[in-house]
Order: sequence, then structure tokens, then C-alpha cells
Amino acid sequence: MSMQLKIQLVSIVVTAGLFGVIFELLRRKRLMERYALLWLFASAVLLALAVWRGLLETIAAAIGIYYAPSALFVIAFGFILVLLLHFSLVISRLADQNKVLAQRLGLLQQRLDELEGAEAPAVAESARREDPTTVVSSR
Amino acid sequence: MRCIAIIPAYNEVASVADVVASLRQNAPGFDALVVDDGSTDATTAVARAAGARVIRHPFNLGIGGAVQSGYRFALENDYDIAVQIDGDGQHDTRHLAEFVEFLRRNPHIDMVTGSRFLDDAADGYRSSASRRIGIRIFSKVLSAITRRKVTDPTSGFRMTTRRGIALFANDYPHDYPEVEAVLMVHAHRLEGAELPVRMRARTGGASSIGSTQSVYYMIKVLLAIFVGLFRARPTPEPGQPAPVSAEQAL
Repeated sequence: MSMQLKIQLVSIVVTAGLFGVIFELLRRKRLMERYALLWLFASAVLLALAVWRGLLETIAAAIGIYYAPSALFVIAFGFILVLLLHFSLVISRLADQNKVLAQRLGLLQQRLDELEGAEAPAVAESARREDPTTVVSSR
Repeated sequence: MRCIAIIPAYNEVASVADVVASLRQNAPGFDALVVDDGSTDATTAVARAAGARVIRHPFNLGIGGAVQSGYRFALENDYDIAVQIDGDGQHDTRHLAEFVEFLRRNPHIDMVTGSRFLDDAADGYRSSASRRIGIRIFSKVLSAITRRKVTDPTSGFRMTTRRGIALFANDYPHDYPEVEAVLMVHAHRLEGAELPVRMRARTGGASSIGSTQSVYYMIKVLLAIFVGLFRARPTPEPGQPAPVSAEQAL
């Protein structure tokens, strides 16, 4: 078995395994379709290139890579970069939504506290009026 | 006229009561709103006992998130004027009357900032030497962009009118907001001004910016300023000074 054939077999097994895992996660609803699309697309392209040697060799020659299987890694690396950027975008949005939720929670909690027992600020107010010495002088 | 003082506080149990008390003494027209940004100490209880309203975040959001909650509250409760006062006691509440008077006499001004550096004769706390270098760089950059003199770009001692409240309630910078907020105000074509104030060294707790973080702070804020220059600006009405992001659709 030649080196070329060996690496092709390994590539096919790995990319097919990746595709299978992603599909299974999606089937079990562990992965939302929205985030799976990019993964599925990436693994499908990698699998296709692993199987279809001619196309991989054409691409490798076109971008000046002498050893065709290296092109597979280059393409995989490109997908990884895109996926990571995608995650940063998702995290940024989640962080922003998280902030808005926390703020809303605080505002609602404040309103609830005030409705349930308006005494807190009022008590302090009257206490202050009775005893002016409690006012802390500003330094 | 309804006025509110937004006091962001994160683990400021040692000083927040003094801040609220001095506000009640020096500016009784202001409602005190402490935003407890997920403190692990008794900041909320102490602030309530001092007579402030308290918004408590379930976890720490950072100064930007805390201040924005305050502006949200001010917007939803129909306040005319909001002032930010640090929970650590740096800001002297005796200045509030001057700020209000200044805004009343200059209706075209929407935000007035207390500056430590405006009045050369004034003493008081002026930050450490290394931070002053950063402040001077920001000051130069912001003055060039906004075409008005910004002497204290990192000052969080600011009073805004309704338009400023609406703007900040809907959009406020995240981590180190003061410098970016000056730029935002300019981008939305609000008019800003500065008044000289004296600040004190903090009375308790720890600053939100450690000295090791200062470099990161500088770079992050400079990036924010640079990127901000490439954002779409709200289009001004012909002949008008221009709306707040097309009247708050933002």
C-alpha cells in the first residue's frame, strides 16, 4: 500500500467520523441546526476532498502545494479559523444579551422590592429627619 | 424637575453610605440610586439603610453595565437630569448644584463633566503619574476628534439631560466606558462641556482598574476610539445641529 493511499484512507476515516459525529449530535438535538450548518458544510467538503483525489490534486496544484494531502490540511485550517470567528461572534452576542438580562432583572427586582415594602427608603428618610447628627459630613 | 444620582458600586461597603449621605446633605433634590454590580459584601444593605434605592445585578457586569442600568432606570422613570457619582467617594457632591445651574443656563449642552485638570489652581486628587500620561493621550485624541477641549476624558463624574439619558440607556460602552462615552456623545451630536472640580482619593475599597491593567486599558480604549471613527454616524437634519441617532431609534 502506497503512502498516498494510506493517507487518503486515514483522511477518509477521520472526515467521515467527524461528519458522523456531527450528524448524530444534530439528530439527538444536542447541537442546534444554526450552529451545525457550518460544521456540516466543513466536514462534508473535507470528506468529499478526501474521497475525490482528482479534485484535491487540482486544488493543490492551483494554489502551489506539491503534496496534495497537505492541501486538505490547509483547507481544514481555513474552516477552523472561520468556525472560531463564528464562535467569537456568538459569544459576543450572548454576552450582550446576558448583560441586558441581568440589567432587566436588577430593574425588575428593584421595582418588586419597592412594591412589596416601600419602607426601606422611607424609614431612612424619617430617621434622618429625627437625628440630623447622622448626616456624614463630606470630606 | 426630577433629578437622579446614579451611584455604581462594586464591593463599596466602606464608602457607599457616606456617598449617599453626602448626596442627601449637599444635593437633597437628587434621588439616590445605587447600582450594586453583583457585590459580594453588604453594599446593597448598607446603601438601602442609607436611604438609597438599589438596583442589584445578579452578577458583576462591569462599570459600563452598572451605569447603563442606572440610565435605564432614569429613562423609564422619566427623570430630567441624571448624574453619575462613583461609589468610592471620589466625587464631591457639593458640585452638583453648579452642574445643574450650568445646564440650566446653557440649554444646548447635554452633558457636563467634572474635570480635575481644568482649573490649574485647584488641588485635590489627580490620579497617579503613570495614569496621567494615559489621560493626557486620551485628552489629546478626544480633543482632536470632538474639536472641543476635553481635559479629563476618564472622569466618571458626569451630568446629562434627557437626551443623554436616552442615549446612554440604549447604548453604553462595555468595559472602560468613560472615554468612549465622550466619543459617543459627540457622534450623536450632543454637546458636551466640562466644569472644574476637585476629586478626592478614594475612601475605601479598590479601584476597578489595577495598575497592571492600565496598559490593556489604554490599548483597548484606543482601539475602541479608532473603530468608533468608522461607525456610521446619524445623519444631521439640514440646518439643525442634529438628532440623537434619529431621535433615539439608535
